[in-house]
Amino acid sequence: MFKLVRFLKGYRPQAIIAPLLKFTEAAFELIIPLIVADIIDIGIGGGDTSYVIKYGIIMVALGALGLGFSLSCQYLAAVSSTGYGTNLRKAMFSHINTLSFAELDKIGSSSLLTRITADVNQTQTAVAMFIRLITRVPFIVVGSAVMAFTINARLALIFVAGAIVISVILFFIMRTTMPSYKKVQKRLDEVNELTEENLSGARVVRAFSKQDEEQRDFGKATDGLTKVSEAVGKLSALLNPLTYVVINACIIAVIALGGYKVFDGAITQGQLIALVNYLSQILLALIVFANLIVTFTKASASASRINEVFALSPSVTDGSDADIALDETAPEVEFDNVDFSYNADRPSLKGISFKLTRGKSLGIIGATGSGKSTLVGLIPRFYDAVGGAVKVCGTDVKKYPLKQLRSRIGIVAQKTGLFSGTVRENMQMGDKSLDDDTIVSALKAAQAYDFIAAKPEFLDAKVAAGGKNFSGGQRQRLTIARALAKSPKLLILDDSSSALDTLTDRNLRAALKDIEGLTTIIVSQRCGSIRHADEILVLEDGEIVGQGTHEMLYESCEVYREICMSQGVTA
Amino acid sequence: MKKTTTKQKGTIIRLLSYVKPYSGWLVLALLFAVIQIAATLFVPVVIGEAIDFIVTKGDVNFDGVFKKIIELGALATVAAIFQWLVSYCTNKLSYRTIRDIRREAFGKLNSVPLKIIDNSSRGDLMTRVGADVEQISDGLIQGFTQLFTGIVTVVGTLCFMLGVNPWVTLVVVIITPLSIVVAYFIAKGCHDKFKQQSDRRGELGGLCEEMLSDIKTVKAFSYEEVAEERFADINGKLKKVGTKAMFYSAMVNPCTRFVNGIVYAAVAIMGAILVIRGSMTVGELSCFLTYANQYTKPFNEITGVITELQTATAAASRVFALLDNEDEIDDGERTLDARGDIEIDGVYFSYGDRPLIEDFNLDVKHGNRVAIVGPTGCGKTTLINLLMRFYDVDRGEIRVDGVPVKELKRSELRKNFGMVLQDSWLFHGTIRENIAYGKEDATDEEIIAAAKKAHIHNFIMRLKDGYDTVISDKGDGISQGQRQLLCIARIMLMDPPMLILDEATSNIDTRTEIRIQKAFAEIMKGRTSFIVAHRLSTIKEADIILVMKDGNVIEKGNHDTLMAMGGFYKTLFEAGYGNNT
Repeated sequence: MFKLVRFLKGYRPQAIIAPLLKFTEAAFELIIPLIVADIIDIGIGGGDTSYVIKYGIIMVALGALGLGFSLSCQYLAAVSSTGYGTNLRKAMFSHINTLSFAELDKIGSSSLLTRITADVNQTQTAVAMFIRLITRVPFIVVGSAVMAFTINARLALIFVAGAIVISVILFFIMRTTMPSYKKVQKRLDEVNELTEENLSGARVVRAFSKQDEEQRDFGKATDGLTKVSEAVGKLSALLNPLTYVVINACIIAVIALGGYKVFDGAITQGQLIALVNYLSQILLALIVFANLIVTFTKASASASRINEVFALSPSVTDGSDADIALDETAPEVEFDNVDFSYNADRPSLKGISFKLTRGKSLGIIGATGSGKSTLVGLIPRFYDAVGGAVKVCGTDVKKYPLKQLRSRIGIVAQKTGLFSGTVRENMQMGDKSLDDDTIVSALKAAQAYDFIAAKPEFLDAKVAAGGKNFSGGQRQRLTIARALAKSPKLLILDDSSSALDTLTDRNLRAALKDIEGLTTIIVSQRCGSIRHADEILVLEDGEIVGQGTHEMLYESCEVYREICMSQGVTA
Repeated sequence: MKKTTTKQKGTIIRLLSYVKPYSGWLVLALLFAVIQIAATLFVPVVIGEAIDFIVTKGDVNFDGVFKKIIELGALATVAAIFQWLVSYCTNKLSYRTIRDIRREAFGKLNSVPLKIIDNSSRGDLMTRVGADVEQISDGLIQGFTQLFTGIVTVVGTLCFMLGVNPWVTLVVVIITPLSIVVAYFIAKGCHDKFKQQSDRRGELGGLCEEMLSDIKTVKAFSYEEVAEERFADINGKLKKVGTKAMFYSAMVNPCTRFVNGIVYAAVAIMGAILVIRGSMTVGELSCFLTYANQYTKPFNEITGVITELQTATAAASRVFALLDNEDEIDDGERTLDARGDIEIDGVYFSYGDRPLIEDFNLDVKHGNRVAIVGPTGCGKTTLINLLMRFYDVDRGEIRVDGVPVKELKRSELRKNFGMVLQDSWLFHGTIRENIAYGKEDATDEEIIAAAKKAHIHNFIMRLKDGYDTVISDKGDGISQGQRQLLCIARIMLMDPPMLILDEATSNIDTRTEIRIQKAFAEIMKGRTSFIVAHRLSTIKEADIILVMKDGNVIEKGNHDTLMAMGGFYKTLFEAGYGNNT
């Protein structure tokens, strides 16, 4: 939690002044019972109405001053805590952008999203509460006790005893309920999981007429949730009543012992009332404190989730600061005995070597999990090779500035979507200054021109998040167009024409061939998409088991032939 | 504004109908609350009386003091016990109410026409069943109890004060509206600012989700800087409204504290003067001061509760909107053990105002194989939707064994079909449970036999826990192809007379692919089958081929007649349809 304090940068003065202001307000508040004691002892005792009125007005004035101070405090707290949240969010987003997939895969995108939104908000609230209440609550509690000491030291000991008992109660209730809250969360996750499962299987559930069973299982899950929720509720509901009982026990003690003190003349009646008032102030402050603790426990969980993100350091970084000179005579892509593994014990790629000459096309085929996507992901450095070298234009990809490397490559990854905005904005992702002519020719090459041209808004047509307002095939064509729009020298299509019908797929391949000097890599499960490539790599379990043209491989490579035959493709 | 309040009112009244079965808890909660508040309010009175026995040096009535102390102890204990009981009852009340609402919502998901689910975002539906229902518990039910407690406390305090001294009470009553005005303005400001804030947060979350879920594209295009600019822009706007929202909400406490201070001072002055005049005791004054201290606290809480109530009513109305969807009702009651003859007679179908299928006729005899082919997105699933009655036809009729499907119970129709879709759905449970999904009383022998026929038995036996291996929706080391095989085994066990099969297009490795083909061939024996086909062999062996384009069936026939026709099928086929899709 405290690690995150650095994000208060730029708001430190506010964050420090705010509690001081609050402190002043709390001090005023503590004076009130003393004034009341004076009103009773001097004003009433002496029958002095003007004294009463004078001190009454002082009380209002103190209240007004207190209001001023505390509003200023609240304002500064709001400024510094939102400032903190803004800083943190920005830093986190930038940090996430520097991370490479090896790190991002560890956390997962949906969890990252929760961390950058809900978790940041949670700590932001905690910071605000902290600034606002950090001085107030302890000050009221300690201050009341101190004031009590100035009135009568022995009676004040009751306050100390009360405070200790309440702390113990707080501690035990927190300790027993915290794990139970986790249980509740787990049950809730279960309920959510069932709902998701039911929605994703809506057709199957209906096909088997299993609605009643689904309902029964859900009923069980909700019963479980209700049971644990009620159990936690029973415990945590003890907090307030117990605090109340302890404070009242203190009041009883103060009155009983105070009675003797007054009888002996050690304190006055007004002072006794002041003591009782201090006790009720403590009670109110402690209730606030209990809520504060809940906020903080939640926030510290959030903080540790946030810190986990910052603890990740990017494994893929710029190889050099300045662009490096390219050797245009070297092969466009070269793999030299490349090994890769996501985790140490199981290699995903073993001893991959091949050269891809400029302007040629390469097809990569193999079963799910054979390492096709992993292989092409090494070229734009989504991941770094563990052994061997991946070279582009004769230079190891690790030596390039990332931007220079990636601007040369147009890659359409598996399951890529579009971003919300307009078609033009999507096409301009790689380069904001692209003109419409370039975009149109990219759309044409990607077989996406017709359906965009059919739209009255043309390039200004809206794209919904993920491109959901386009069909699967249209979406794929648009993502290919987007990659082409930045005029890459190397185009990688990672299983990204699977939703295209055969005709469109064929036209696309023909259009790509016409682009001057473009080297292409096509990854697919389907022979039809790659059989016309200049060279084909066949992958199995992370190794190249065949390399050559369709005809060659059909003759010589058993795995390849098997794949072709299963799809009804002949030599 | 007025419209929204009536709508809110409707939501709350409707919610009460869910509370009804637990109204016993509600009544108890309210009753206990009244007892608790009464006891709590009595405490200052007793303290005041005790103090009146302690006058000054040498003048203390110890008997009186001790009597009062015992009363005080008893009252505090009663107040504490009842406070706990109130929480206990409201917990029971709210957790059980939302359990019922949640169950009903879940049931609704299973009973609405599939159209509703297809047209909603899954995340949205999940929020309604999950977070929104939770919000109802936090906001509406707990909030209601707080509101009630708050109001009773205010009224109770006033009554107690009246009982002690009407004049000082009058002072308090005169100042009270100030509290309400302050609370009202702050609450109003809060509401607007919070709405703006949550809009901005939504915007920011949307951007993050987009970028994070497709981070490969971000990196491939070196889009990081632009993304950060866009982020910073929204983040800046959020900061502006966020600061305001937080400040507004933080104003509540100091402001009410100030009003409280005024009440307190006024009571002190007025009370002291009355004591000097002799019409009130010091103890009574002390008691008044304690009341004055507590008096504005409920106002504070009420302000907080009102904001909560607003969000909760919004959540409740979202849940109710889901519940308001009409159920899919069976118009027929007939049962059926089909042989497998299907007639489609002049069927029209449209999604909304987009006409898809027009005047479609087809006659399928039992045991026939129908292959559906066409480019991706041509509407092949539409046909499945109509056959299974996931969707209803606009015009025309589908008949099974001569019985119009509209006269059948949906469950009767569906049990006659075995369906294997491309995205094979398995639920969180063991493999055994998953295979036995359509026949819960299946014996182990039957399950194993089905798995063998589906060519998945050997794979299952290689798993550590065999048939007891737990699988989840996410898949754990079980590939897409193997999942499809498990779904085939499920159908094998059910033994339906008619089949709907969806051949996978991609993401299945060769060996599994071959197994799936074998399993498909095995299961189709003697059954009427509809196959969304991608494989040449399947297509050639079909008795009828339906060629679909843009949602419509444009050609119909077997391979040879269609080739001879020289239409779209021929073009499609010559482009290598069966080869590479």
